[in-house]
Amino acid sequence: MMARNHSRSLISVADGLRELFSLAATAGSGGGAARRTPSQMPNAVDVLRRSHRLRPLETLPWLVAAAAFFLLPDYLALGAQILLAVLFALSLDLILGYAGIVSLGHAAFFGVGAYAAGLLAVHGWGEPLSGLVVAGIAAGLIGMLSGAVILRTRGLTLLMLTLMIAAMLQEAANKAGAITGGTDGLQGMQVSPVFGLFRFDVFGHTAYVYCLTVLFLGWLAARRIVHSPFGRGLIGIRESEERMRAIGSPVFRRRLVIYAISAALAGIAGGLMAQTTQFVALDALGFERSGTVLIMLILGGVGRLYGAFIGAPLYMILQDRFAQQDPVYWYFWIGLLLVLVVVFARGGVLGIGERLVRRRSRRS
Amino acid sequence: MDAVSIFISIAFHGLAFAMVLYLVSVGLSVTMGLMGFVNLAHGVFAAAGGYVMLTLMNGHGVAFPLALAVACLAVAAGSVILERLLYRRLYGGDELDQVLLSIGLIFMSVATAKFFWGPLPQPMHPPAYLGGQVDLGFRSFPTYRSFLIIAGAVVVSLLWLGLERTRFGATLRAAVDNRRMAQSIGIDTKRLFTLAFALGSGLAALGGALGAEILAIDPGYALEQLIYFLIVVAVGGLGSIRGPFFAALLVGTADTAFKYLQPELGAFFIYAMTLALLLWRPHGLFGRA
Repeated sequence: MMARNHSRSLISVADGLRELFSLAATAGSGGGAARRTPSQMPNAVDVLRRSHRLRPLETLPWLVAAAAFFLLPDYLALGAQILLAVLFALSLDLILGYAGIVSLGHAAFFGVGAYAAGLLAVHGWGEPLSGLVVAGIAAGLIGMLSGAVILRTRGLTLLMLTLMIAAMLQEAANKAGAITGGTDGLQGMQVSPVFGLFRFDVFGHTAYVYCLTVLFLGWLAARRIVHSPFGRGLIGIRESEERMRAIGSPVFRRRLVIYAISAALAGIAGGLMAQTTQFVALDALGFERSGTVLIMLILGGVGRLYGAFIGAPLYMILQDRFAQQDPVYWYFWIGLLLVLVVVFARGGVLGIGERLVRRRSRRS
Repeated sequence: MDAVSIFISIAFHGLAFAMVLYLVSVGLSVTMGLMGFVNLAHGVFAAAGGYVMLTLMNGHGVAFPLALAVACLAVAAGSVILERLLYRRLYGGDELDQVLLSIGLIFMSVATAKFFWGPLPQPMHPPAYLGGQVDLGFRSFPTYRSFLIIAGAVVVSLLWLGLERTRFGATLRAAVDNRRMAQSIGIDTKRLFTLAFALGSGLAALGGALGAEILAIDPGYALEQLIYFLIVVAVGGLGSIRGPFFAALLVGTADTAFKYLQPELGAFFIYAMTLALLLWRPHGLFGRA
């Protein structure tokens, strides 16, 4: 029964896509597609495969990241933090941009991952890769459990509940000082070398490459998910939940699955932070972190998979430049920037870019 | 202390806290229910009220009642400008945009407050006639908090009376019930929104200023207390005027009791309670589906 439901919903999505594609073709070629016979229409598998094909521009972030390793050796420690922030923002994009779940408490999963990896390292399990796996599983489990409860609600209630889960976890970590170190933070981690070979050094060489590799794997996974029928189903749910339900899509299950995946990715980002800085403080779970990751993603652009790659570095580099001198001013300007983005530049940097490209192509 | 006096002191301090929570949150409930705007920055108005009043009192020697009135009016006036410039654009719009706009406003307010007043909380010295203790025969209570409870009760009664008996109240209730219908029978909802927003912000300023002794006014105020205001609104039900009152009573007394009886668990209980309540009734105790 389940399987039949599932395949039926896949077919429905495929039908919807075919329809969508033929619509786009009609718009592009001035009605030419109307004369096509059904057999000439591109089928859903082709559409999915085409959208999943790697475009040349998609290698750009990785080239930049690789170049930064060689050209900016003094900034690798910061670079590692930027890379894990990208992963964190990417995980938020999966639920916000693709499933349309607005979360004010995404730091909950980042923090759970950070504490999980951190606690392992404090208690003698310093092997980093298994630590990351545990961080991902712990955060994914928390995401699955909390999601099963809160994803039954919508809108403001859901927003509140995401905030509440993070607040509960933060208060729990605060009060369980004997385990987490409370307000002093979790200290005394012993992180072993990666593969027993690459020691985490002061300059951040290992940390940078380590974070970059994990981010790359996370990006591959996210890209695979987004371009799969499951991902298309999520977009359908974001656009119209009623219709997806009407065509038999398992809405609740899909939302829950992506919520848990996103939580696991956020947890891995948190684990990276714990291992590379060897310190976890209560703010790993805090509202400010949930807010900042939202800002990073918005600055870059939501629901585009690459918003995180632009927004997180932009935010972190600006913060590094300006906040060192005066954190007070920093918050003022970032707040102002946010207000301006909402009022004038919806869609973030990528949104502006798309609009420019569209305007140019219309002119030519 | 015996059980009875513990109970009395929890009820007393819980009630005082509840009044502050209600005054600040009722405006938020109206903005969310009436305009469909998730205004996370509502606490900024409360903090602004506190800052204006305390600056006038501590820095310029203005009398407490006058400083309080000036604070409420100034914040209400300022909120009208913000409403016209920013909030109005996003009424009934995308939830995410509203959340972002209000987070932006919170960040700006935190930085501004730190710039002008520094990072420390502003001291609140109640005037001499509200200082000390008042003896009620069987027990004595802090005078200022007793005043806070009475003042809160008076404002709440006036507010309810105004909404039930005045023309403005009737149009506001009509618009909350059915905005399109209200519009089509000729109610100027734009003007109504501005007025409701100003009223809500003014009340928040009143709550922030009066409650400066309970919730200390510092730069992080809008961020740190946000979760309490949101809990009150969500538990009370959006757009409701009375819902937040009962929610504030519940949250105020429960939080005081939990923190008094189980200090090692802190605010954990109140979050768990809210979570359970919202799962049981997603639209709050008094909200409509």
